[in-house]
Amino acid sequence: MSAVQATTAFDTVRTPDPANRPIKIHTASVKVTYGQKEALHGVSIDIPERAVTAFIGPSGCGKSTFLRCINRMNDTIAGARVEGTIKLDDQDIYDPDLDVVELRARVGMVFQKPNPFPKSIFDNVAYGPRIHGLARSKADLEEIVVTSLQKASLFNEVKDRLNEPGTGLSGGQQQRLCIARAIAVSPEVILMDEPCSALDPIATAKVEELIDELRANFTIVIVTHSMQQAARVSQRTAFFHLGHLIEEGPTDHVFTNPLEQRTQDYITGRFG
Amino acid sequence: MGPLWLLALIAGLSFFGFVLGRWKSVVLSGKGRGTLAARPGYYGAYVLIWTAMPALVILVALSIAKPFLIEHTVRANLPAQVLANSAQLSLEVSGVEQVAAGLKLVTPEELENIRIGVVSARSVFAQHGLPLGGDVKPYQLIAAGALNLVSDGLDTAVDAAVVAALAFGLIFAFVRVKPRLRARNLVENTVLVLLIAASSVAILTTIGIVLSLLFQALQFFSMVSPASFYFGTVWDPRFAAAGSTESGQFGFLPLFWGTLYISFFAMVVAVPVGLFSAIYMAEYATSKVRSVAKPLIEILAGIPTIVYGFFALTTVGPLIRDYIAMPLGLGTSGNNVLTAGLVMGIMIIPYVSSLSDDIITAVPRSMRDGSLALGATRSETMRLVTLPAALPGVVGAILLAVSRAIGETMIVVLAAGVAARASLNPFAEMTTITVKIVNQLTGDLEFTSPQTLVAFALGITLFVITLGLNVLALTIVRKYREQYE
Repeated sequence: MSAVQATTAFDTVRTPDPANRPIKIHTASVKVTYGQKEALHGVSIDIPERAVTAFIGPSGCGKSTFLRCINRMNDTIAGARVEGTIKLDDQDIYDPDLDVVELRARVGMVFQKPNPFPKSIFDNVAYGPRIHGLARSKADLEEIVVTSLQKASLFNEVKDRLNEPGTGLSGGQQQRLCIARAIAVSPEVILMDEPCSALDPIATAKVEELIDELRANFTIVIVTHSMQQAARVSQRTAFFHLGHLIEEGPTDHVFTNPLEQRTQDYITGRFG
Repeated sequence: MGPLWLLALIAGLSFFGFVLGRWKSVVLSGKGRGTLAARPGYYGAYVLIWTAMPALVILVALSIAKPFLIEHTVRANLPAQVLANSAQLSLEVSGVEQVAAGLKLVTPEELENIRIGVVSARSVFAQHGLPLGGDVKPYQLIAAGALNLVSDGLDTAVDAAVVAALAFGLIFAFVRVKPRLRARNLVENTVLVLLIAASSVAILTTIGIVLSLLFQALQFFSMVSPASFYFGTVWDPRFAAAGSTESGQFGFLPLFWGTLYISFFAMVVAVPVGLFSAIYMAEYATSKVRSVAKPLIEILAGIPTIVYGFFALTTVGPLIRDYIAMPLGLGTSGNNVLTAGLVMGIMIIPYVSSLSDDIITAVPRSMRDGSLALGATRSETMRLVTLPAALPGVVGAILLAVSRAIGETMIVVLAAGVAARASLNPFAEMTTITVKIVNQLTGDLEFTSPQTLVAFALGITLFVITLGLNVLALTIVRKYREQYE
């Protein structure tokens, strides 16, 4: 499956995965247009299972747009059109028969700005399990909430105030609450759209640590502006520029020995 | 010169001052005497303000003072026995004013004839087209003469003062225009004062309305006890014959019940329809549909309520009577609570939907995205996230609509009738507080009888009710602002 021909004249430089992890998400020639403007010009990439894949690139390069294709959040934007193939475990997610609600339960998302609901901490985490009917009893639900908060390394900080509003937490805690909320639905993939850009360095360190732990159970795709962050948390890195995927490969490889001049220029800070 | 001429003069000279001030500042800066502290327009405005403001203040102050000074003059010239009769005093003063107006019309020869008693003043005035009610008494002539003298003197004084103020202001400001003058500060401060004055108008008017209501209402409560008003169950303000002490019963409760009952039906219609249409507009409608449908809904708010009244009277009322009330045996009148409630509800839909739409749209997109990304459907997102986040604001919108419903009159008159009655039957005729206020005030009664004064007691009660609802709505809306930050 990895030998997909890009339909554009543009060729992505690829370095294969030395660990040879199974492919979780396979995409081929993904194009996105907003109205008349094409934001993504045919992106093909395979994302390995139970690893962190980082998308880096200057602002407006299409990395967030591409991320939002994977759980079809682009559907909610009026005038957005997606072409190409995106497969999750060999299932086409843009298949008309596919239930987008089910897809989003399998592919969770954490946003740039922490966006807890104006509800209690408990209700924030219980939101997903409730709408999907994951808990059979109240005790069941409580267990899901507690485990999710524990997995998000937030439980110890909030265990005495689960009934207080989630909006009252600090920025870093709010972001971990949003991660707990995503975990509570037991997704297979978690998409993170610059999850630390609104956080201070200490909160960032905690979230990064958490991402590293979550890798054992989830496939994670993270968009980031910080190259240090990409280098710290990811196993694979993909570099986007002007709507093209320029280069993808193992993170250490991309950062120490980039094959493309533009990748080299970007990670050394010459533009972006 | 009359006040209109004075105003024209003030306007003309102010404009002249503007041009002059601007010109001087341009010339000064052009000669290289240092740069200006403000742009030339500000110097023009500086001279304009100095020219217009003092003159305007003097004109307004003297115009307000004039009637008091004239009345004072008239009283000073009336004989003691006339002054003693205080009940007739205001009548006497206006009589003198009429005579004074007549004296201005007559020629000097005629005036001489009147003075020596050859002709009566009344017949001379009548020739000049000013009929009087009775013969002119000698003391009236004296007082009227004094009045005219003072009035003419005052007019001259006003003219002189205004012209002096204009001249002084113009010259003073023009001389003061120098490159380093901080002309901008005066202009900015004047703008501030004007803005404050504009906001005070609304506040002062409200206070004035409340006070005028309050005094009349207190007068009413001195005749009818508040307890029998607020707890009375019978509304029967008999328009008693003159001299009779019978004044009827003023029970507030039937009116209050009618108001509540009709408003209740109005809200039963307006809240679900308005809210659902707001949800559709905010969450589901494409921008094309929205740009057409939203103004169309808001047109409902622009229809005069009397037109809704016709609609209720000729269409909805008979329909409800013939197809619901009569078959059920619950009523035989086209005027009923249900009709008024339904039509009023339709009228209020845009109040609920438009405000709620704005509030729902104001809920941050990140809330919806968070919910959708967890696999919630659009309706789940609306029900569980967006609407709860918007709820306080929506409640505020609904309360504003309720106070609109409570204050509505025309629809009720035409659709529910004027019979004050407290009944649970929605097909019965009932009426509201506002309708009774209109009823009590349209008639030939004096403003001292309880039948008329009760309107003010009703008015202030209504005011307190709607004010309470508005305060509640504003408090809730304010709390809502702090919700998701």
